[in-house]
Amino acid sequence: MRDGYVRPVDFRHGRVDMTHGSGGRAMAQLIDELFLREFDNRWLRQMNDQASFEVPAGRLVVATDSHVVSPLFFPGGDIGCLSVHGTINDVAMAGAVPLNLAASFILEEGFPLADLQRIVVSMAGAARDAGVPIVTGDTKVVERGKGDGVFITTTGLGVVPPGIDVSGDRARPGDRIIVSGSIGDHGVAIMSLRENLSFETTIESDTAALHGLVAAMIAAVPDIHCLRDPTRGGLATTLNELAGQSGCGLLIHEASVPVRGQVSAACEFLGLDPLYVANEGKLVAICAPDDALRLLAAMRAHPLGRDAAIIGEAIPDPHHFVQMETSFGGRRIVDWLTGEQLPRIC
Amino acid sequence: MKYIDEFRDGAVARQLAAAIRREADRPRSYNLMEFCGGHTHAISRYGVADLLPANVRMIHGPGCPVCVLPIGRIDNAIELAARPGLILCTYADTMRVPASRGLSLLKAKAGGSDVRMVYSSADAVRIARENPGREVVFFAIGFETTTPPTAVAVKAAEAAGLANFTVFCNHVLTPSAISNILESPEVRELGTVPLDGFIGPAHVSTVIGSQPYEYFAEEYAKPVVIAGFEPLDVMQAILMLVRQLNEGRAEVENEFTRAVTRDGNAKAKALVAEVFELRKTFEWRGLGEVPYSALAIKDKYRAFDAEARYGITYRSVPDNKACECGAILRGVKKPTDCKVFGTVCTPENPIGSCMVSSEGACAAHYTYGRFKDVAVVTEGAR
Repeated sequence: MRDGYVRPVDFRHGRVDMTHGSGGRAMAQLIDELFLREFDNRWLRQMNDQASFEVPAGRLVVATDSHVVSPLFFPGGDIGCLSVHGTINDVAMAGAVPLNLAASFILEEGFPLADLQRIVVSMAGAARDAGVPIVTGDTKVVERGKGDGVFITTTGLGVVPPGIDVSGDRARPGDRIIVSGSIGDHGVAIMSLRENLSFETTIESDTAALHGLVAAMIAAVPDIHCLRDPTRGGLATTLNELAGQSGCGLLIHEASVPVRGQVSAACEFLGLDPLYVANEGKLVAICAPDDALRLLAAMRAHPLGRDAAIIGEAIPDPHHFVQMETSFGGRRIVDWLTGEQLPRIC
Repeated sequence: MKYIDEFRDGAVARQLAAAIRREADRPRSYNLMEFCGGHTHAISRYGVADLLPANVRMIHGPGCPVCVLPIGRIDNAIELAARPGLILCTYADTMRVPASRGLSLLKAKAGGSDVRMVYSSADAVRIARENPGREVVFFAIGFETTTPPTAVAVKAAEAAGLANFTVFCNHVLTPSAISNILESPEVRELGTVPLDGFIGPAHVSTVIGSQPYEYFAEEYAKPVVIAGFEPLDVMQAILMLVRQLNEGRAEVENEFTRAVTRDGNAKAKALVAEVFELRKTFEWRGLGEVPYSALAIKDKYRAFDAEARYGITYRSVPDNKACECGAILRGVKKPTDCKVFGTVCTPENPIGSCMVSSEGACAAHYTYGRFKDVAVVTEGAR
C-alpha cells in the first residue's frame, strides 16, 4: 500500500486550531514541519518525551522563565528570541555555561501559523547563535479568548565551572557596581508600540544572550561577587534585590549611569524613570574594588559590554537602602518599584 | 536631553544654593509653600532640600490632584464602573487611591469592572467611538491643567455625535485652594503654620496666567513666585522669594517666563468657560467643603455629564482615623508626624491619598527621602 498524501501545514494562511494541541496527527505534523525542522538537533531527532545527555563536571544550574510580551514583535526582536535570551541570561548570571534549553508553547486557537513560524524561526536562530540547543519541548492549544496569541516558557540548564561562586548575597561594602551598557532600551522599544502611546523612535530592544560576555568577564576576574540581568523593574529593582540579599547599602551616581538620549526623552514625556525600565541584554556586576578596572576593561572589549561603566559602590547600611547621588547634587533613595510601570514587557 | 538638562545642571544648582545661603543669612526663618505636587516631586527627586540652609523650610501644599480627591468621589467612580457594559476611563494615578470598603479602581478592575487607564482625554473619546454599543465614562480629575483637555473631549464628542460618551467631572480650582489655606485658622489666627510665601504653580499658570495670584500678594501680603517644575526653576524661585521677604515686598513674580504670561492661554480659558460652570461647593480631601472651588458641566452640555445621566449622588466619607493626610495637605503636619507613615501606610499599600500619587507629600518623602529619617551610614567607600 502506498503512503497517503499528507497536505503540508499551510504556514501562509493557516491558523492554529484545537487539533494542533490534541496529541493527534495534526499536532505531530506541526511538530515535524515546524519545531523539529527549525530547532533540529540530535536530541530532538530521537523523538522522545525528554532529552538525556551527559553533564560536564561542576555545579548544575537550572532557571525557568515565562514570556508573555505584548506586542509579540517589536523593534530589535520578538517573543521568540526573547524567550531564548531571557533564560540563557538567567543561567549565565550564576557564572554558568548554558548547556541546553527546553521550550513550552501555549498557543491560542486562531493564532496565525505564519506568525508562529516567524517566532519559531527567530527562536531557532537565537539558540543557534548562542550555541545552546532547544532539546525538548511541549505544545498546548487553548480556546480563542483564553490566551493572547502565544505564551512561551523556556527552561535552561547550565554548569558552573569549579571555583566560581557568583551569588546575589556576596556584595560587601567597598565593592564596585558595574553595568554593561545603556539602560531602558528594551522597555522603551516595547512602549513605543503600545496602542495608546505610539511614538516614533529608532530605539531597538537590547535583547541578547549574555553568556559570552559573562565568560569573558569570568576569564578576567574569576571572583566576581554578584551578577544579575536587570529585566522587569529595571536597574533599580535589581539593585534593591542585591542590597537586600547581601545585607548592605548600594550607592550609585546618576551621572555615571549610561542612558541613551532617546530613552531619557521618551521616559521624560511618559513620566517614567529609566532606572525602572526593563532591559533584556544588560547585566549588573559587583566585584571587589581591586578587580573593578580589570573587569571593566574585559567588558568593554566585548561587543555586548562596549558601553560598560562603573556606576557606584556598596556601602555599609543596616537598612539596605539603594541611594543615588543625583547629578543635581542632592541624594535620594532609589526605591523598589511601586505598582507597575507598564505590564507585559517581557 | 536638550532643553531639559539645562534645568537640572548641578553646577548651576550649587551657585544658586550659595546665593540662597548668602542672602538668607538673617536671624529669621523662611517658610515657603510649594503649592503643586509637581514641585514637591522635583524637590524630593533631585534632593533640592539638601542644598538649602536650615532656616529655609519647604512646606508641601495641596496641589496634588489625586491627593485632594475625596473618598466619596472615588466610590462614585467605582459604582459607575460596576454598571454592566460600562467602560470607565481614568488617568493612571487614580487607579490605586483607596476608597471605601478596602476598594480601589484597581481592585474593581480585578473584580471584573472594565476600567481602562488612559494618557489623555482624547483616548477616552476614541474608546467611545470604537465601542458604539457600550457606555464610556471619562473620570475627569485635576486642576486647571487638565481641565481644557476635558473641555476638548466634550466638544469632540458633541461634534462626532457620540451618544455613549460622558464625563464624570471632578475638576478643581487652584486659587480657591490657596485662599482656603490662607484663610485657615492655623495660618490666620493661631499662627501654627508659619507661611511666608508661595511657589506658584507651573502648568496651571500656563493656562490661567499669573494675574489670579495678584490678589493673594495684595490681600494677604504674601509673595508668590511662579516657577517651572525643573529643579533649577524651584531653586531660582526660592532665591526670588528670599529676596522679596528680605526687601519686605509681596509681589507676584514669574520665574517661568518661558511658558507663563500674565493673562494665560486665552483659547483654553474660553473653552473651559464654554463647557464648565462653577460649583457652589465641593469637598476636598484635607480641606473639607470649599465654596466655589470646582467645576461642573454646563446645562448646555448636559448630554455629556455623567452625573446627570447616571444620577450620581455624592456621599462624604471620613478619612481613616489614623491618617493625617488632611493636616499634611494644609501644611500643618509633615509626613513623618503621621503615625502610620511608612508602617502600615506605604506606596504599595496606601492608607491615605498622599501616599498614592508620586506627587503626594508622603509618597515623595517615602520614595526619595526616608533614609534621612534613620541613622544611616551614607559615606561612600571611595
